[in-house]
Amino acid sequence: MTGSGEAIRAHDLTRTFGAFTAVDHITFHVKPGEVFGFLGANGAGKTTAIRMLTGLLAPSSGQATVAGFDIATQSESIKQNIGYMSQRFSLYDDLTVRENIRLYGGIYDLPLPDLRDRTARILDRLGLARAQNEFVRAIPLGWKQKLAFSVALLHEPKVVFLDEPTSGVDPVTRRQFWELIYDAAHTGTTVLVTTHYMDEAEYCDRISIMVAGRIEAMGAPADLKKEANVSSIDELFVRLARPAAESGSAAG
Amino acid sequence: MNPPAPDAVVVDHVFKRFDGRVALDDVSVRVGSGELFGFIGPDGAGKTTLFRILTTLIVPDAGSARVLDIDVVRGIWTLRRQIGYMPGRFSLYPDLSVEENLRFFASVFGTTVEREYDQIAPIYVQLEPFRTRRAAALSGGMKQKLALCCALVHRPRILFLDEPTTGVDAVSRREFWELLAKFRAGGLTILVSTPYMDEADRCDRVALMQRGRILAIDAPRAITASYEHPLFAVHAANRYGALRALRDYHNTASVYPFGEALHFVDSRGGRDVDADRIASDATDALRAAGFTDAAVTQIPATIEDVFMARMGAPEGEEPEPRGHAA
Repeated sequence: MTGSGEAIRAHDLTRTFGAFTAVDHITFHVKPGEVFGFLGANGAGKTTAIRMLTGLLAPSSGQATVAGFDIATQSESIKQNIGYMSQRFSLYDDLTVRENIRLYGGIYDLPLPDLRDRTARILDRLGLARAQNEFVRAIPLGWKQKLAFSVALLHEPKVVFLDEPTSGVDPVTRRQFWELIYDAAHTGTTVLVTTHYMDEAEYCDRISIMVAGRIEAMGAPADLKKEANVSSIDELFVRLARPAAESGSAAG
Repeated sequence: MNPPAPDAVVVDHVFKRFDGRVALDDVSVRVGSGELFGFIGPDGAGKTTLFRILTTLIVPDAGSARVLDIDVVRGIWTLRRQIGYMPGRFSLYPDLSVEENLRFFASVFGTTVEREYDQIAPIYVQLEPFRTRRAAALSGGMKQKLALCCALVHRPRILFLDEPTTGVDAVSRREFWELLAKFRAGGLTILVSTPYMDEADRCDRVALMQRGRILAIDAPRAITASYEHPLFAVHAANRYGALRALRDYHNTASVYPFGEALHFVDSRGGRDVDADRIASDATDALRAAGFTDAAVTQIPATIEDVFMARMGAPEGEEPEPRGHAA
């Protein structure tokens, strides 16, 4: 299977753990440069799906390509062509801002002149030049998250996965973060993002809502609201996810 | 005639630093008996530090605090038996079952689950189907319910919940707040912190916090009513384009994305220019910039609008980047 122009293409993607089906035949496409919101309740299967799409976990059945590479047979190529950032882990606290950038440049084997250029561009774009020699543990959370995102884009990946990137961030910085997302999408990077802030779902070009391993709704936020006759994505989310929330199990 | 009930919590000019970083910077607040009171703010606001002081886990550098009319420093052992505390980080025993965790916390306070059952019943009925499951294997929402149950099992008179809904999905968050409303109706005083601004409406009163300071304390409606300028929602299919166009518009005081719309404040607002004029001028400016579908309507402010207006520059963007809590 080839990419055929789609940045992400999943067909009947499924993952089981014993008797439990965490991801249950999900099919979706994401276009290059699209901002795709990947929503779902805790335990709905989002993390399992993302682990498959990033080449970290083999699917039980179904297929997917990311940046044109097959997740089952070309997981190493996938890792070179994607970026990943999560709220929990992204940067090394005991390295400085500049050292973190250099470390990731080394991991992705960037030629030194490129790394120098991109480092300067990141520091300039984020206004971090004066903090470049500070330890990451000493900089504010909002800076950390913006830096982590820039580092995830350092090797100019085709697709970037963001797992709750704005959790706990103040409302102004949260919006600055979304402008970075738009900038990246504008230059052709495809963005798949998860969030528990329902207003952020509205910032996506399209979203999917996962419930108990399946995609129960997918489309542009405005279209989904119109179809379901609701005033917000929050309302739609609660309507779809509430019945499943009673089962109480952990997964994903 | 009974004397009026004393305030459940009185915080008086409290300061706290960690390694030279200011965590709490002159915080004063009162919480009435029986209130559901919210501390709303992002990470680094000082919410956790304040809760740790009020639950006797750390002492303030300066200032004083009383909980249930007991000083949090001098009355530490009396107070500990009367408060329930649910820390932000999951703090139950992952290898014990739901039931075992609950029995353990009851026994620590010298009581039993059976004796306190009526107190915890509203949550326990939801946990009962999973009572033999290890705590580690529960979903995020269920873990939070178990933690709440364990914090309530010794029948505290006041409950401190530190970010119980952070990282929890929108459905589980809603259910958690519905539970809190039940306990509030039973007369329990509840202090809860959250980074989600939209949860403010669930509280009787809230304190907005940022970088160790309190920006506002009041009922959510009074806070939103205090917003100083006429606020407008701008709808346009090309939201990002409209955002950029409004940033270049000479009358813009502020404009930012807000869910499906943009929120816009005109620099002439509140003076001699009325709202209709502001809306039509902004619409004209957007149409002239090519956004022919743009619609501008006046709206009431939300807690998040107020928070953004009062918080000033995000941390690190003020003239002095160092010396604040991260």
